[in-house]
Amino acid sequence: MGNKQTTFTDEQLEAFQDCTFFTRKEILRLHGRYRELAPHLVPLDYTNSPDIRVPPTLIVTMPELKENPFRDRIVETFSEDGLGNLSFNDFVDMFSAFCETSPRELKTIYAFKIYDFNRDSFICKEDLRRTLNKLTKGELTPEEVSLVCDKSIEEADLDGDHKLSFTDFENMVSKAPDFLSNFHIRI
Amino acid sequence: MAGNVKFDLNHPLMEAGLESPIDEEGAHESFRQLIAEQSQNGGPSDAFELQDLQRQLDEEERDNVAYLLGPGHELSQFKGRRQRETEWEDPETQADPLMGERWSSATMKILSSMPSRTIGRNRGAIISQYYNRTMQLRRRRQSRPAIRDFSRSARPSIRGYGIEADCTDAEVSKRDRLLNNLQNLSVSDRIQMLRAMPLNVSEKSELRRLALQKEKHTLSRRIPCCSQLKYYIIIGARQSWYSWLSFLHALHLWQVPLKRVSGRFGSGVLSYFQFLQILLFFNLFLFLVTGAFIVLPQALHPPEPPAEKPSFTGLELLTGVGYFSDTVMYYGHYCNYTLRKSCREDGGVHNVSLSNGIRPDCVSKLSYIMPLAYFFTIGVSFFITCIILVYSMSKSFGQSFRVDKSHSILAIKAFCSWDFKVIKKTSVKLMSENICTQLKELLAEVGHKQVKNTQCQRLGRLMVHSLAWAICIGSTTACVLAIYYCSHDMHQNLKLNLLRGPRNPLLIEARLLALPVLVSLINLLLPGLFNLAAWMEDYESPSVRTYVSIGRNLMLKVSVLGVLCFHWLGRVAADPKSIGLKCWESFVGQELYRFLLMDFIFTILDTLFGEFLWRLFSEKVLKRRRKPVFDIARNVLELIYGQTLAWLGVLFSPLLPAVQIFKLLLLFYIKMSSVMMNCQAPMKPYRVSQMTTVFITLLCFPSFLGASVCVTYTMWSINPSSSCGPFRGLKTMFQAGKLWVEELEKDNPNLSWLAQAHSFLVENPLFLFVGAAIFLIVIYFQSQVVDGQRKIISLLQEQIKNEGDDKKFLITRLQTIHEQKRTPARRLASQNSNC
Repeated sequence: MGNKQTTFTDEQLEAFQDCTFFTRKEILRLHGRYRELAPHLVPLDYTNSPDIRVPPTLIVTMPELKENPFRDRIVETFSEDGLGNLSFNDFVDMFSAFCETSPRELKTIYAFKIYDFNRDSFICKEDLRRTLNKLTKGELTPEEVSLVCDKSIEEADLDGDHKLSFTDFENMVSKAPDFLSNFHIRI
Repeated sequence: MAGNVKFDLNHPLMEAGLESPIDEEGAHESFRQLIAEQSQNGGPSDAFELQDLQRQLDEEERDNVAYLLGPGHELSQFKGRRQRETEWEDPETQADPLMGERWSSATMKILSSMPSRTIGRNRGAIISQYYNRTMQLRRRRQSRPAIRDFSRSARPSIRGYGIEADCTDAEVSKRDRLLNNLQNLSVSDRIQMLRAMPLNVSEKSELRRLALQKEKHTLSRRIPCCSQLKYYIIIGARQSWYSWLSFLHALHLWQVPLKRVSGRFGSGVLSYFQFLQILLFFNLFLFLVTGAFIVLPQALHPPEPPAEKPSFTGLELLTGVGYFSDTVMYYGHYCNYTLRKSCREDGGVHNVSLSNGIRPDCVSKLSYIMPLAYFFTIGVSFFITCIILVYSMSKSFGQSFRVDKSHSILAIKAFCSWDFKVIKKTSVKLMSENICTQLKELLAEVGHKQVKNTQCQRLGRLMVHSLAWAICIGSTTACVLAIYYCSHDMHQNLKLNLLRGPRNPLLIEARLLALPVLVSLINLLLPGLFNLAAWMEDYESPSVRTYVSIGRNLMLKVSVLGVLCFHWLGRVAADPKSIGLKCWESFVGQELYRFLLMDFIFTILDTLFGEFLWRLFSEKVLKRRRKPVFDIARNVLELIYGQTLAWLGVLFSPLLPAVQIFKLLLLFYIKMSSVMMNCQAPMKPYRVSQMTTVFITLLCFPSFLGASVCVTYTMWSINPSSSCGPFRGLKTMFQAGKLWVEELEKDNPNLSWLAQAHSFLVENPLFLFVGAAIFLIVIYFQSQVVDGQRKIISLLQEQIKNEGDDKKFLITRLQTIHEQKRTPARRLASQNSNC
């Protein structure tokens, strides 16, 4: 509390603390990380909330995201314009959702959005195919991928429309106790 | 046609909806309004884009029946009809029954604004969902508005009943209602709600700002100052809570190393280090409690030193005797009298024993009854540890327990198996390969039917299993017998030494290390033998293999600890004079110190040989590319074993938790560097939350329960030494409490009820039986509740399936009706144009 920092006003930090799962120190540290990505673009002083967005090509260079096969989808999901340009708010939002203390429901919603490649609020067979290809990096044959997609949808689809709505996804994830510990990025 | 359709076309509502079938615009107008309403809450939604599309279509004066490709799906590509036509031919969409239908654009628009498609996408949907939730939370918390806050126009019948009445303005939008609810929640509830909303941080902070603003306005109207004071107190408490959390976070040990480990090895190996942190926390707590209430007072008021004090040789650090034997480290050093600050001028400490009375010329205020303090500190710290353990066990169990047995294994593997923590390139590649292998295995399992084993094969497998179990049980029994005879031998040796007189004190001290070395050697080598036995066996699944291995290791450690406890409490404590011990409790404390230390030394040796040298060997000699795998289960069981020793030893050696803390700190760094250098990520799938639950359960049940049973037995039934320690002269340690209560009663006859209650509660076994029976009944009821929930889950799944069928049915019916209504209109329009 006694830190003399000029990056944010106290009110801004309190708002961040109340709306995300981070403490003041972590928010300041996140700002440092955000600034590292594009020091010429991101100002040190955020008290007047400048509208700066860092392009996705710079964001995916972060070590936490660099090797993640879903990095593009993650960055797109949390960006406002859908193209991956993250403002600082989006940046904090992203890491807050992936935080350890983030609740299961929030993680499920964002996981659904990430895996929904065509953004139609359903995970159809095509979405699942693309997910599997990213997971296995092309090690599975196309027939195997297709078989896995069909069987997965068959297993998880509850209302019989041959694609996974959010309810189906949520129901499936609730049976996976490891989801919470896996869907976690340490920053 | 009307006969086939099930609903009533002449129904007034239907008439109202399809008012003028001739006028296409009329039908689309109502849908347009619906979409406009939905779009009001948010920015450009997908339905809005479809509305634009509809305008385009209307301009072309053709009602293009478009395939349902889903709103938002490549809408920017909807440029020309030709493009659309090529997309109709997409074979993927043909497979989907809903998508294969020819929907009119009107139906498409309706479908796109269905609630199930707007979850998480449409801000309006999120806001209304959270409005409902805050309403539920308010109802639960019952923060109803005060009656005086109602305006007079509220109807008397609803005054004070429904919460909806506090918002009398009917045109207030959902957002304002949400703000109203947020404002009326308590601060912590509001923060919890805000954090859990899947909205952008800027929108959430806007909501928060508005909610706080409103609160400030309503506050300024409030007249009584005490509620304003309460508000400020709450704000102040929250600020201090946040700064405390920041402080804790800064203190959070080892963030960087943990991140490195999780980045390279994933959640499995990370769980080992987190378990180490948990144990460190328990030991820190024990150390603080015993240090503050037992060690510190005794250190400040040391008893008279004995006549001869042995000098410090290096061997003490290993054996714990010699220089350390009469220090605060062991039970024997503690006095059995009341420590009092002197009231005489010379400032010396005056000690009065319990049996004597208080000296009449000494009236002091500070008195500290050592035996009582010792007894209660140990008891209370064990009790609190028990509560914390049971709480964390049940929390972990709740997180990992799934009521419905998993049917969707493939889907879970596809969506929930990627560990987002892993950031190292080689580990990511390894993880991809692992997932690939697991998917192939699952496909093979799911695809092929279970091959029925023939009788011969089953018998063969049974024989192999029984052979492996025979080896394991046989070796365990052999080792336990070895420990039994070795300890018996040592006991006899000590008796002989007493008769003959000591020959070489250093040699005798060193010989005390024989038993700990033997036990640690057994703990090191036997799990390897178990692994070999398991290698020849064939299990159905890797998790069964892990559980069997944990079971065998556990069996070994429990039997070893059992025979050791028998040796200490059954042999040494029963007849301490025969081996020349004045203070058997100190002896047992020293033994436990030696065991703990030997365990540590052998773990380091195992790390050195098992991991470092083995890696060098396998790389240089065997020329294997893969490094050895870090065996998480075995290492965690080692930690649990060490912790059991520490818990056993607290009663006899109050500083043992400090030794354990020191050991755990060193172990962390050694294991961390070893893992980073020598090991690779586990190749088998490791279910983190299940395993963590199992380990915490093992920490609670065999480990802590065993230790507390031993300590309770010691306190309850064994005679303490008569010439040392805080309980000398008493029949059992437990009597310290009783004597104190009797003295209280003597001093203050009004408190006799306390003495009676104490004797009834503590000495009557009926109390314990009733407590255990209630506990069992509660467990039985909970298991019945879980069974009932399973049944409800299967019922609900069926209902969801039925709802899906209903939805499909209604959509097709609506579509058919709409087309029927449209076809005569079109015929009419074309007829009119032709005329």
